[in-house]
Amino acid sequence: MQQIILFLIKNKTGLVFIILMTIALGLTFQAHTYHNSKLVSSANFITGKVLGTTESVDQYFDLKTQNEILLEENETLRRRLLNTTSAEDTLQPDLDYITDTLYRIQKARVISNYYDKIDNYLLIEGGTKDSIKADLGVISSKGIIGIVIDASKEFSRVISILNTNTSINAKLKNTSHFGTLTWNGKDPNLMNLVDVPRSAPVKLGDTITTGGRSLIFPEDVPIGVISDYQLNENLGYYTISVRLFNDMTNLKHIYVIENVRREEAYEVLNEEKP
Amino acid sequence: MKTYFINTIRFILLILVQVMILNHFEVFGYVNPYIYPLLIILLPFNVNSIQKLVLAFLLGICIDVFEDSGGIHAAASLVIAYLRPLFLRNAFGLSYDYQTLKFYHAPFRSRFIYVSLMIIVHHSVLFALEIFSVNHLLYLLEKVVYSSVFSILLIMITLNLIRKNRK
Repeated sequence: MQQIILFLIKNKTGLVFIILMTIALGLTFQAHTYHNSKLVSSANFITGKVLGTTESVDQYFDLKTQNEILLEENETLRRRLLNTTSAEDTLQPDLDYITDTLYRIQKARVISNYYDKIDNYLLIEGGTKDSIKADLGVISSKGIIGIVIDASKEFSRVISILNTNTSINAKLKNTSHFGTLTWNGKDPNLMNLVDVPRSAPVKLGDTITTGGRSLIFPEDVPIGVISDYQLNENLGYYTISVRLFNDMTNLKHIYVIENVRREEAYEVLNEEKP
Repeated sequence: MKTYFINTIRFILLILVQVMILNHFEVFGYVNPYIYPLLIILLPFNVNSIQKLVLAFLLGICIDVFEDSGGIHAAASLVIAYLRPLFLRNAFGLSYDYQTLKFYHAPFRSRFIYVSLMIIVHHSVLFALEIFSVNHLLYLLEKVVYSSVFSILLIMITLNLIRKNRK
């Protein structure tokens, strides 16, 4: 017994090192395996406030670009609004049509955005008090950004599409051939669409949008265009490089989307939440 | 007591500088300099080894919380804190063994070697854990080399600035 205690005292530095290292590695493995690890999360009060302060200074340097982006979006929406013919309106005289919302949309602001790591996360201002919760989709005016994985009262953590753990259901816009959107960890402008069947008519420059199979994102949210593709002859599947519409390195104003009927859909599917 | 005070101030200051300023630097798209290992580099040479390890762990975990990166910074900081005596002996030689070492009295070359060893090991552990895959070995090497160059430069400049203020 004495021997053991003496040994422990003699090697106490090594022991402390091993214990702390085990904790650190444990946290690392956990972050790589379960992407919604809650132990070390930036969605807490202190980090939120510090990063929020930085961001509120930072945003002045970026006002012009962000204004351009918002103006562009306004333009698109205006065009769509003015070009809606009255015939379409009269076809839906039922007032319930307006109140029966499918998606609830909540604006939010990015306060920390990483895109140079292998697994990237964003922190946004807006949390449970704005009815933002886990598993909601996040988009910008130009395309998808990620999925909320953790929400505190005022801040939420979003897993970026630029994360090797994410896989998002996407399709070719014209033909509805489905595939899975993944990231290879390098270029923040490029993603890969894998498992698209051989029968799909893949052409350079075609648009990729979200598929309707997920209950997180609505169907037909634009993602990007095909910039390159390869056909795997053995498996009969395409691997497609997608150039994103979104500039993931410059995000400020975003929207959190909630599918109002999702709970109901899960009940029908009788399925565990993903 | 004074050492505790100085190191607490440094601790907070370095974390704030790291997360509020340096994490917004994206040189060439993926090079991100790290200044916070400076705290471990500048710890007194006769510091209690357990306190040193706990401090390194806390420092790393704070950066991890801000970056949502699991425990990679904690692990990297721990490794350099643990290996620090080895690097000190390598860089400063006998004067470290005889406990007569004054950091700023040592020649520039020794200081540079010491800082470089610390930063290169720190960045290697950090990016290896971050990338966590053997498929990206070349990318890992690129990231370690480029980031190390910037971090070493930054830390050497900061070291000289601190010294000027004290004179």
